[in-house]
Amino acid sequence: MKKKANFNGNNLLLVITIVLFVVMYAIGCIVYGSKGFSQFQSFLNILIGNAGLICVTCGMTCVMITGGIDISVGSLVGLDCMILAYGMEKLHWSAITAVIVVLIVGIVFGVVQGFLIGILGIQPFIITMAGLFFARGMCAVITTEMVNVANETFKKWATIKINLPFGGYVNRRGIYMAPYIRITVVIALIVVALTFILLKFTKFGRSLYAVGGNETSAKLMGLNVKMTKMKAYILSSFLCSIGGILFCMNSMTGSVAQAKGLEMEAIASAVIGGTLLTGGVGNVIGSLFGVLITGTIDALVQFNGKLLSSWSSIAVSVLLCFFIILQAIFALIKERNKA
Amino acid sequence: MENGVVLTMRGITKTFPGVKALGGVDFTLRKGEIHALMGENGAGKSTLIKVLTGVYDFENGEIHVEGIDSPIINHSTQEAQNRGISTVYQEVNLCPNLTVAENLFIGREPKKFGLIDWKTMNKKAQQIIDDLDIGIDVTVTLENYSVALQQMVAIARAVDMESKVLILDEPTSSLDDNEVEKLFGMMNRLKEQGVGIIFVTHFLEQVYAVCDRITVLRNGELVGEYPIAELPRVELVAKMMGKNFDDLASIKDADDTCIKDELIIDANGLSHKGKIKPFDLEIHKGEVIGLTGLLGSGRSELARAIYGADKAQTGTLKVNGKEVKINAPIDAMKLGMGFLPDDRKAEGVIADLSIRENIILALQAKRGVFKLIPRKEQERLAEKYIKEIQVKTASMETPISQLSGGNQQKVIIGRWLATNPDFLILDEPTRGIDIGTKTEIQKLVVKLAKEGKSVIFISSEIEEMIRTCDRMVVLRDGMKVGEISEDITQATIMKAIAGGDSNE
Amino acid sequence: MSKSANGDSFIKKLTGSKVFLPLVCLFLVILINVIKSPSFLQISINNGVLYGRLIDIANRGSEIAILAIGMTLTIAVSAGTDISVGSVMALCASCCCTTLVGYGVASANKLNYPIFIGVIVGIFVGAVCGCFNGFMVARLKVQPMVATLVLYTAARAIGLLVSNNQNTYVRVEEYKYLGNFIKIGKWECPIPTPIFVAIICVALATLFLKKTALGMYIQSVGINKNASRILGINSVLIIFVCYVICGLCAGVAGTVASSRIYSADSNNIGLNFEMDAILAVALGGNSLAGGKFSLAGSIIGAYTIQALTTTLLAFGVKTEQAPVVKAIVIVLIVVIQAPAVQNYIKNRKARKISAGGGEAVAK
Repeated sequence: MKKKANFNGNNLLLVITIVLFVVMYAIGCIVYGSKGFSQFQSFLNILIGNAGLICVTCGMTCVMITGGIDISVGSLVGLDCMILAYGMEKLHWSAITAVIVVLIVGIVFGVVQGFLIGILGIQPFIITMAGLFFARGMCAVITTEMVNVANETFKKWATIKINLPFGGYVNRRGIYMAPYIRITVVIALIVVALTFILLKFTKFGRSLYAVGGNETSAKLMGLNVKMTKMKAYILSSFLCSIGGILFCMNSMTGSVAQAKGLEMEAIASAVIGGTLLTGGVGNVIGSLFGVLITGTIDALVQFNGKLLSSWSSIAVSVLLCFFIILQAIFALIKERNKA
Repeated sequence: MENGVVLTMRGITKTFPGVKALGGVDFTLRKGEIHALMGENGAGKSTLIKVLTGVYDFENGEIHVEGIDSPIINHSTQEAQNRGISTVYQEVNLCPNLTVAENLFIGREPKKFGLIDWKTMNKKAQQIIDDLDIGIDVTVTLENYSVALQQMVAIARAVDMESKVLILDEPTSSLDDNEVEKLFGMMNRLKEQGVGIIFVTHFLEQVYAVCDRITVLRNGELVGEYPIAELPRVELVAKMMGKNFDDLASIKDADDTCIKDELIIDANGLSHKGKIKPFDLEIHKGEVIGLTGLLGSGRSELARAIYGADKAQTGTLKVNGKEVKINAPIDAMKLGMGFLPDDRKAEGVIADLSIRENIILALQAKRGVFKLIPRKEQERLAEKYIKEIQVKTASMETPISQLSGGNQQKVIIGRWLATNPDFLILDEPTRGIDIGTKTEIQKLVVKLAKEGKSVIFISSEIEEMIRTCDRMVVLRDGMKVGEISEDITQATIMKAIAGGDSNE
Repeated sequence: MSKSANGDSFIKKLTGSKVFLPLVCLFLVILINVIKSPSFLQISINNGVLYGRLIDIANRGSEIAILAIGMTLTIAVSAGTDISVGSVMALCASCCCTTLVGYGVASANKLNYPIFIGVIVGIFVGAVCGCFNGFMVARLKVQPMVATLVLYTAARAIGLLVSNNQNTYVRVEEYKYLGNFIKIGKWECPIPTPIFVAIICVALATLFLKKTALGMYIQSVGINKNASRILGINSVLIIFVCYVICGLCAGVAGTVASSRIYSADSNNIGLNFEMDAILAVALGGNSLAGGKFSLAGSIIGAYTIQALTTTLLAFGVKTEQAPVVKAIVIVLIVVIQAPAVQNYIKNRKARKISAGGGEAVAK
């Protein structure tokens, strides 16, 4: 029997995403080319600015593949930044200690959420919403002031420039300007690569897909559904903590209002990148493009200069809404074909 | 253990609270045999299978599997699988979003350097698929293939787990003829390889097309085991349904018919893809029509298409002579229809609401949201129907979920009576109910007909229908195959249900 | 004898009531406050208006109570919460104020339109947001929380756009009436207006649920969608309507909140209110898994939350820190409601009983 067309709705979503990114970036180059949008460095700046978001989105993708969601990530990033800043500045921890503490906090946070969702089977949205408010509140418990990071080691990590051997240009004064990235980008890309391998080449990674595809089947095929779900949330919170550290390297501050609404950007990036809200489908490469799209929107709003910053969150919401509706329509069509 | 026997079950007994589901059932499966397990609703087929696969535990009896000396007791499907007993269900229990290869190997993927070795996995998977002559690409996600192919992949997975016993639980319900043909080809190949197959199905044609032996269960008891050649269809149907009339008095007097000439329902070519093929049906006022056929023959689906529970995709429907369009159940209700679905739990009761609310809801829906039935009126109605159909309850405010099955069913019948319908569809109203209540419901049907109402009555128990119905519509394999209006006896009905060359 | 029997049945009736537990919670919170500061229950009249902590709780809790009405319905009908209500409040406030003073005006002493038009615009915008959420959930069958997540982010941002990224002040005495005290001539009503608004909203909702079959429909759809369809209820429409009502409630709450501070502060109006509203429903004894609901319970829950907030603030907890406690409370409630935990408790009880029975036999 011949197989049906392999080009299904899910692939289509990914193609739409990549085309959208190219089109959006091209428009940016045409409209704001004179302001330097078309330079290679502008592209790298999008990566630098969103390194933290990339990590968070990787974790979000894993959770969403199981059919769940984690809306605590924005607040957790905020809490991470606060712990880093407060720990290094007020408690005089070394940079390494602070980083380790943050990672442990991330894991503990994930274990609690994972237990409640995976083992006790409570709706992920309720638990992670409680997590959202808990983490945000904990920021305020630590301190309600804004703390700037002045730790030398941490500053050094954050300011390392890694010059790329290609894509540079000679500026007006005749000096060669090599394009550069920061260490945050390297870490973020490593996280993407590792998550990719995890999802594609490990039993745990494939279990995530199986659970998201059909929980009953996964159970009948002998997979431990509860543990898989729990681990997904631990992974999400852990990657979120790495993202928090990267985020702090960019902002160098900790405050209660830090990274507000980041959960939305992460979910939007994952959904735009082709992760299905119903679970079972998604990959980090798509999510990376999702982040690039949301990052490009931010960059476009910034380059315009006159637009209010709230335009970018509106644009992201509209995009998210568009993709949600697309997914819903695909799902309805699929159902109709089945019946 | 006898030579060539892979599985024996002896004296299996299983009791659910208040019900004996299996009473000392024996079952024997030989090597390289396709063995049909037959029986109507509540016969105990699925309970037997679930006992075998470890979903249920059992009180008495022994299960032996070839190669294991002592009797086995499975505690989970996983354990059963490890002992060589695999099951493929009606709904494909695979992950549609993964590739065929992954579905075959999930949980035991081949690895290289600790990572999944996709190349080897795909190669091995392709080999398995090719060996069984399924002929699909294993690197494609499963959802791109038809249900039949998915089912075959599920079987391939089961076989590759080195099963000695393969249970196919109604695998053909959603397949078309071509796909069934393919599936049978595969079953025959497996049979040649020496796998013992237990085949559960409701389709008689299929049993006679592929099986070697039949075991029939009825009411949790073993009726017998027969080689296929020694059991003609009519006898099989008779054995499944049982011939014993319970000695209840006849409910209907022969001369007491009240059928009028006016048509209430006139359906022309109604159908629902994959469920019921186009059918015509006329129902007169005051007539009780029985829909008969085995489970899965389309008897529920026919009723659902008229009522709009599953919207009919083709054909026209005339109610009281006027052509109507039914898009949702409420449209049918406004035309004076009522429908008692067969799955009480999923489509009947609103579990946490009180008996009173459950009774008046349909009437309320018919009146519309803004015309709330006053509390006094609600209580009067609830009281009236609790009395009239004898619901046993302390108070009308008791949540319906606290009642027994029979009483829940009565409440739902009360719900429809409250809407004062001209035409009522009762789909298995007597399932899982004690004898006394059954008779009450039958009497009620006859009484309704006397009042000039029309009823469609669906039941697995033929004698029940013979007692109540004026005319029988016979269905087989999703199609209306005939009507019997004179000489309604068990023999004629069973002959019609069995179909084919019934002297085979 | 008969007297004690009567007493028993009274206690049984009391403890069996749906609002019993929520009332106990409220009572406990108030008790803690009274122990901390005995002046808690005092109500005095200053400058012709009522003052006191209880009045304060009743006043400040109005918005949560109004939101809780809508939230109760969405949870009951779809087992999903509408997390956009807080943001929608901010958007409604912005629309209301901008309508009254004009786009881009930071502060105005004169109005373009009568106040009631601004209020109607605010409530209307809330209803539109509700329609959007309802369409996504009911028709497109998107999970409720994801569907409302869109407006959770976007509504506040749109609010900022509408008010041109600034706090639009409406410095007109009458605009403050809705969120503070009504004055007619020289007479000033001693009771804060939001309390009246909350009472009116609750009364309207109760009336609507009791005098039409909507309440019964909502429970029916929430418990068994398929059965509801078979017996003639349009499930999609009922779910849609619930989300629209929720949007309406957010609109009313938004205009009240705006009137309190006679401005449209998109960044702060309705902040974290979605959490309070959901918590109110859960504290009211309603299951977050949908189905049967008690509006009265939710309303009591709303004031319990406000009392809790006030208590926390009285204990020196900062506003930003309060969510920590609330998050813990909500997790505790859902853990107790979780089927896995319920089964565990049931099994333990059953084991205890059987063990006890065994002992009795042994004796």
